[in-house]
Amino acid sequence: MSWEPVIGLEIHVQLKTRTKMFCRCPNGFGGEPNSQTCPVCLAHPGALPVPNRQAVEWTIRLGLALGCTIADTAVFARKNYFYPDSPKGYQISQYDQPLCIAGRFTVPGAERDVEVGITRAHLEEDAAKTIHVGGEGGRIVGAAHSNVDFNRGGTPLVEIVTEPDLRSADDAKRFLQLLRQTIIELGISDAEMEKGTLRADANVSVRKVGESAFRTRSELKNMNSFNFIARGIEAEVARQVEVWESGGEVIQQTYDFHAATGTLSPRRQKEEADDYRYFPEPDLVPVAPEPALVERIRAEVPEQPGSRLRRLAEPLGFDSAQVLVTGGLDDLWRRVVDAGGDPLESAKVLANQFVAAGVDPSAVDAGELAKLIDARRAIPRAAFTEALAASGEPGFSAERYLAEAAVTDMSELEPLVERILAANPDQVATYRGGKEGVLGFFVGQVMKETQGKADAKVVSELVREKLRA
Amino acid sequence: MIDTLRLTAEEATGLLDRGEVSGAELLAAYRAAITARDPELHAFLRTVDEPEGEGVPIALKDVIGTKGVQTTAGSKILLGYEPVYDATVAARCKDAGLPLLGKTNTDEFAMGSSTENSAFGPTHNPWDLTRVPGGSGGGSAAAVSAGLAPWALGSDTGGSIKQPAALTGTVGLRPTYGTVSRYGVVAFASSLDQVGPVTKTVRDNALLYRIIAGRDPADSTTVELPAPIELPEREDLKGLRVGVPKELNEAEGIEPGVSEQVQRAIELCRELGAEVADCELPRSVEYGLPCYYLIAPAEASSNLARYDSVRFGHRAEGAKTYDEMVERTRDEGFGDEPKRRIMLGTYALSAGYYEAFYGQAQKVRTVIAREHAAAFERFDVLVSPTSPTVAFELGARTENPLAMYLSDLLTIPSCMAGLPGLSIPCGLAEGLPVGLQLVGPQFSENTLFAVGHALERALEFDFVPERLR
Repeated sequence: MSWEPVIGLEIHVQLKTRTKMFCRCPNGFGGEPNSQTCPVCLAHPGALPVPNRQAVEWTIRLGLALGCTIADTAVFARKNYFYPDSPKGYQISQYDQPLCIAGRFTVPGAERDVEVGITRAHLEEDAAKTIHVGGEGGRIVGAAHSNVDFNRGGTPLVEIVTEPDLRSADDAKRFLQLLRQTIIELGISDAEMEKGTLRADANVSVRKVGESAFRTRSELKNMNSFNFIARGIEAEVARQVEVWESGGEVIQQTYDFHAATGTLSPRRQKEEADDYRYFPEPDLVPVAPEPALVERIRAEVPEQPGSRLRRLAEPLGFDSAQVLVTGGLDDLWRRVVDAGGDPLESAKVLANQFVAAGVDPSAVDAGELAKLIDARRAIPRAAFTEALAASGEPGFSAERYLAEAAVTDMSELEPLVERILAANPDQVATYRGGKEGVLGFFVGQVMKETQGKADAKVVSELVREKLRA
Repeated sequence: MIDTLRLTAEEATGLLDRGEVSGAELLAAYRAAITARDPELHAFLRTVDEPEGEGVPIALKDVIGTKGVQTTAGSKILLGYEPVYDATVAARCKDAGLPLLGKTNTDEFAMGSSTENSAFGPTHNPWDLTRVPGGSGGGSAAAVSAGLAPWALGSDTGGSIKQPAALTGTVGLRPTYGTVSRYGVVAFASSLDQVGPVTKTVRDNALLYRIIAGRDPADSTTVELPAPIELPEREDLKGLRVGVPKELNEAEGIEPGVSEQVQRAIELCRELGAEVADCELPRSVEYGLPCYYLIAPAEASSNLARYDSVRFGHRAEGAKTYDEMVERTRDEGFGDEPKRRIMLGTYALSAGYYEAFYGQAQKVRTVIAREHAAAFERFDVLVSPTSPTVAFELGARTENPLAMYLSDLLTIPSCMAGLPGLSIPCGLAEGLPVGLQLVGPQFSENTLFAVGHALERALEFDFVPERLR
């Protein structure tokens, strides 16, 4: 009987509001450590939080995009714990009355859609950044000393909790990719995993196919890319299956993922269970969004990437459509096609070489890109790649680039080919002796001389022609 | 020659307005009074050498943060802490031109009813140096009573303005919750803390309340006053409906001398034209105190978590780990009463106990508010003793926290309901002042001032302590 993974995710999204969640300090990267701080985010005696309206509205926007119900009344709560990254000794979060509840997010798939229940999305403040110096593994325990940078402390943070609806590492990865794109398109966060503006923990358990109850789960942390998340989940699923199959029992445990080795290590078990002593934050009044406000925000939510993916999968194939949509390229694709680009050809180029070129899609002139894609077959590969890489530059002209970059002019190539043939009489003899494989050698030589700018097809024709002479 | 014992803030304002004395002369007079009498009273924790402002000087309880002026909240853990910003109330006083005389003594973190819990030694009652001035704001009350400051600010969580006012023959207002900013005031129990004036007369009180009250964008729990504050003029109480809550007037432990003076004041209300009738607040008085001792410590346990020595304040020496540093700092820095309340509050918020303790207490709080609201359908103001006893002897209750807690039995119920309360002196018992508590519905400060003023005129209480006349 086979095993089935059961996966739920907890996602944290840093909002890119101008100021922090509960004070007016600038929000964002940069600045000397502890330069973006004030009595509120340093928790000086008497300082009080004032909620960031923009953050509340953006959380509502995200909640609506996740199909959530927006609560009539949301209550900030204190989550109490001692740690140097928590200057007040508590984090202001939401507990039993979150802002967004009971949503549903659909991830279209090649064969089947994945429906993910959204338990809740709530608003809280991020902790400060701690750096533990000395000791093992960058932990506070055993460190010689610890530095705290409160610049990050108080950044608005949305926590999204999913139902345990995901059934594979790949589903989890695709869910996160689509969620990230959704967040980016809402304009509320850069959602970059490597910068930590998007973070995800996974709750993983396995059960036998057909079982309805859940088995004990473990929590995976510290996975800062989509691939690491997939690898971490795969490793944990395999581990749990092995534990069960060998007659053991999975225990509830938190694991850190190590990217370098692709392995998981258990976190030190605490002696006592966490008790955060949640209670309603008495320094704040409940958030009660007016229905009119919620409706205004609902009207602002753009079409979701998921529904665009579904629409594009039909003509383009699921994989291309997925890369375009989750890469934020489908708008450019649409514009290129409108400018006369071939739909399939354009999709392929955008999903492959364009992505690899790392060009900002919003900087590209779609008309010029359409012309470039149209000329693709006629120009050397390297020249095309180079032109693509330049396609985001201001004033980029496909025609000029093609003219300058590609060496297809026979008058330029002919003398070159003749020179190379003359310089390699032995290889010429070999070819003429019937070993046509030597053709590749000559083509290679020409490409080298032209630094890859020549069209290999044209060159090979020309070499063949000269050798026949 | 300025007689600081007799001079009211209103009279002092008049002297300044008419140019009869200068701001500097006025300030010098109070500084001289402090030099002469504070050594035996210890009302001040520190004085300010060259304060800004040409108006009527003021003293602030040491829980009110003052930029560049050490603010300790009566605790060793904040020894040496100089705020980098002014509390909103301190800034409003500054903006009104009131020079800061100094910071007055308080029970540690405003936890206490005698000022004996100050880490820096107790304050003595100007009427009898062997007795306490009440607490936690005993310093402000003693300073005003002894003519060391024309007026002062205190803070009240369960009676810390009203009870010291009662014990020192001064006038103390605990305002409606949300009318005075808490920003910059060292927090004890956020949902209960309110700053209010301590003065010699009701009119002085209204003048000072006018300066500090009103919405503050930095404190989300504040609101705009529904009506401007009026200086009381009327000398009768015609048309006023006075309720006499049985439980507040007949509670166990009320001294006969106190009852007698309060009865006399109630009789006077009738003579001044008020309709007086008995009423009941059974649950408010029975459950007010126990619920207060769940809610206030619970919030305090969280509010005091920020004193971890990471960013400011006292830090224990020689600790080898973060946990050890925090534990030892807090062990050395906090006195017994904060420790007791942190433990009580931590317990009340713990998983499995929250609903039974904190949750239940919050529900009872709603019941108390409703019971008061029902009474205010029939009455404009409720009267009772402020304190069950006159000033007690230093040390009399320090060994028995429960006896100390009962000092606030009569002030706590209205605090729990967020209601304003005014304490005015209504006579002497055993040569010591007796306080009359006037409680009104939310935002009824104008009514309380009107009633207080009319009674004050009729009672002709001499606020100068007999031993100083």
